[in-house]
Amino acid sequence: METLGHLMDGFGVALSWFNFLMVIVGVTLGLFIGAMPGLGSVNGVAILLPMIVQVPATSGIIFLGAIYYGAMYGGAISSIMLGIPGASTAVATTFDGRPMARKGLADQALVAAASASFVGGTISVVLFTMFAPPLAAVALKFGPPEEFALMLLAFATFIGLGGDDIPKTFFSIAIGLVLSAVGLDIVSGEPRLTFFDISGFLHGVNFLVLAIGIYGIGEILWTLETSGGKVEMSQATVSVKRILASLKKLIGSIWTMLMGSFLGFFVGILPAAGATPGSLMAYGLAKSLDKNPETFGEGNIKGVAAPEAANNAASTGSMLPMLTLGIPGSPTTAILLGGMVIWGLEPGPRLFETEPQFVWGLIASLYIANFFSLVVNIAFIPAFISVLKTPFTILAPIIFILCVVGGYAPTQDMHDVWLMFLFGVVGYLMRKLDYPMAPAVLAIVLGPLAETSMRQSLLMSSGSPAIFFNRPIAAAITVIAIILLALPLIKFFKNKRTS
Amino acid sequence: MTINKTVLAASAAVALSAALVAGPAAAWEPKKPVDFVIMAGKGGGADKMARLLQSVIDKYDLSSKPFVPVNKPGGSGAEALVHLNKTKGLAKDHTIMVTLNSFYTTPMRQPNLKVDPLTFTPIARMAEDTFCLWVHKDSGVKTVDEYVAAVKAKGDGGWLMGGTGKASEDNLLTNFLNRTYDLKIKYIPFKGGGGVAKALAGGNVHSSVNNPSEALGFYEAGTVLPIACFTPERIGLFPDAPTFKELGNDYSYFMQRSVVGAPGMSAEAAKWYQNLFQTVFTSDEWIDYRKKKALQGEYLTGKGLQEYWKVENDRHMKMLKEIGEI
Repeated sequence: METLGHLMDGFGVALSWFNFLMVIVGVTLGLFIGAMPGLGSVNGVAILLPMIVQVPATSGIIFLGAIYYGAMYGGAISSIMLGIPGASTAVATTFDGRPMARKGLADQALVAAASASFVGGTISVVLFTMFAPPLAAVALKFGPPEEFALMLLAFATFIGLGGDDIPKTFFSIAIGLVLSAVGLDIVSGEPRLTFFDISGFLHGVNFLVLAIGIYGIGEILWTLETSGGKVEMSQATVSVKRILASLKKLIGSIWTMLMGSFLGFFVGILPAAGATPGSLMAYGLAKSLDKNPETFGEGNIKGVAAPEAANNAASTGSMLPMLTLGIPGSPTTAILLGGMVIWGLEPGPRLFETEPQFVWGLIASLYIANFFSLVVNIAFIPAFISVLKTPFTILAPIIFILCVVGGYAPTQDMHDVWLMFLFGVVGYLMRKLDYPMAPAVLAIVLGPLAETSMRQSLLMSSGSPAIFFNRPIAAAITVIAIILLALPLIKFFKNKRTS
Repeated sequence: MTINKTVLAASAAVALSAALVAGPAAAWEPKKPVDFVIMAGKGGGADKMARLLQSVIDKYDLSSKPFVPVNKPGGSGAEALVHLNKTKGLAKDHTIMVTLNSFYTTPMRQPNLKVDPLTFTPIARMAEDTFCLWVHKDSGVKTVDEYVAAVKAKGDGGWLMGGTGKASEDNLLTNFLNRTYDLKIKYIPFKGGGGVAKALAGGNVHSSVNNPSEALGFYEAGTVLPIACFTPERIGLFPDAPTFKELGNDYSYFMQRSVVGAPGMSAEAAKWYQNLFQTVFTSDEWIDYRKKKALQGEYLTGKGLQEYWKVENDRHMKMLKEIGEI
């Protein structure tokens, strides 16, 4: 009940006219920041931070929080409409969102993304409100062995993707892992795999460069080939009736959304993970739990609902370690932390006591931001749909430019743009040969986290892998991961023998 | 070494001739947005500081052109150093960087970069960050003597020290403890000081050598405590933690938080940046930040800063040799 009282006070703060305005402007701005490839919430928040620190702390953080939120919704838009992930968190949304749009179901995909985002955001902000302190304690106990177990679980869900060819999946994961190893060896501090001593490799291969190459450039090449030059426009219409019908259809995905929300939230509260791994894991899990896993990647609405629920849930979740431990749960919260320092606040275990107005004002604003993101997003759907009616001859150059901007923006290095083109061509060829590309993207995101946590764990245990089994949380997750890994392998070899 | 001398001589000559040509003409001002490079990733200590500096510059309208932060964390700062080293033409006067001690150590460990930090243009040392030895409250350890006993009780390599990467400041300090007290502490690298603080608070490592600012949150919550600090005098925030000097080991270690310019920056531009950061240094925001983060170190610039770099560079050379990194 005490929590409820705090929350009511928080709403009092968040609903003051100025803060309310901040939320509305923030989510609308965030929607476009998220939808713009290469911008994304990390860069959006980083760019706006120095300006926004002029306003009082609570209003400022509410504004930035709303941008973060809006961007989570917005990221899905270019994933679905153009096949280019708008932000890193929306990569998984491309997997099924784009095929849906190709089938003329873009409006349905957009509604699914917005609704799933709303569900994910709401569930996680409620969890946040009720369980922040005990969850912070859990996040704190999560050491390198637990982190590695979790990463293992994520890879297991991707191997365990029923329909896909398992050796090809392994190959795709291996490529992603090698690319993720480029740059700096975090444990020894040495540069590695910096091919030809090109300095651009020192910062590693940014996974957005890979994702935009494969999905953006690859998409253009693919469309050119399949259409033989005569590109027909995607059939896309939108009406209130269709939106309502989409919502009805979504009810079948309610369990997927719930799963995505809880998974995303828990991955979000673990420092260093964040919304991108959360959404990829939710996609993998949704696919492996589904009765018809082979329909994923072909435009299954659940393939949109799962990652979108998860990335919004994770973005709220990642605010928990930020506020309670002073440690960012995602790259964007790392910047928000910087903002709090500039405002003179000391994020950490005592923030809830010392700055209740700030903390609860922010939490309450998340409820409001979540609701308005949904409203703004749905309201803009007709406008987004009209993009699809643009002839391909006009759309293709626009997609091309967005890809270049998106590849350049994260590191501001032309090197990454060339690399992106290379990935586009290679990705296109791999797609022709029927290699699944999603596992490569997963591997490049999770590879560094998995490698670091595994090496830290083995340092802690002087090289003994027993450390993954003799700590209770790590042991439980590791065992589940091994089972998930073993099942499809057994099935695969059995099938091989019988055929 | 002859190369360095030539570079130094050349840059001095350029600076001199530029000064002669320009004379006491109108003050220099940036002609395009300033590339404000950060030698570390988003959200780290250097990043937070850069964004604070940027907000102060913005707030007081100290520059007609914006300062645009660019993170270049690759290769322990190698990417950023190379970027500054390679600037040409107009960019030379419009590229500055927030730097740490990897400013010395990264070029030593990666000689193929061909970067000499002493050729960079000294703009301002904004502060020196301090270090303390931290333990979890539940360990029962309160003094360095108890710490030494506890480490020894764990056996060789049984005691885990969390730090921010190999050959980093934290690694050098761990080496100091091992050498001075004849210990076998095992060093585990984490990503960033915040991650180290969390690992200690969560009981995944036994001790850390965090900056005060990184451990402050958990210290105030009573989870961790500093048992000694690597400073010449006690830190105001932790009056109960002695210095290693008091304990008979005259050892202090700081991390610079400085702003440097690209090598070969024109003297007028350097002067302009030096004045700008001097103004920032005396702003209320910066004074407040220094106090909250227990930062020390006076403002240094020009020759003074270069002298300081020389001393620190030699010292780091020695320390890296000790741990066999070079």
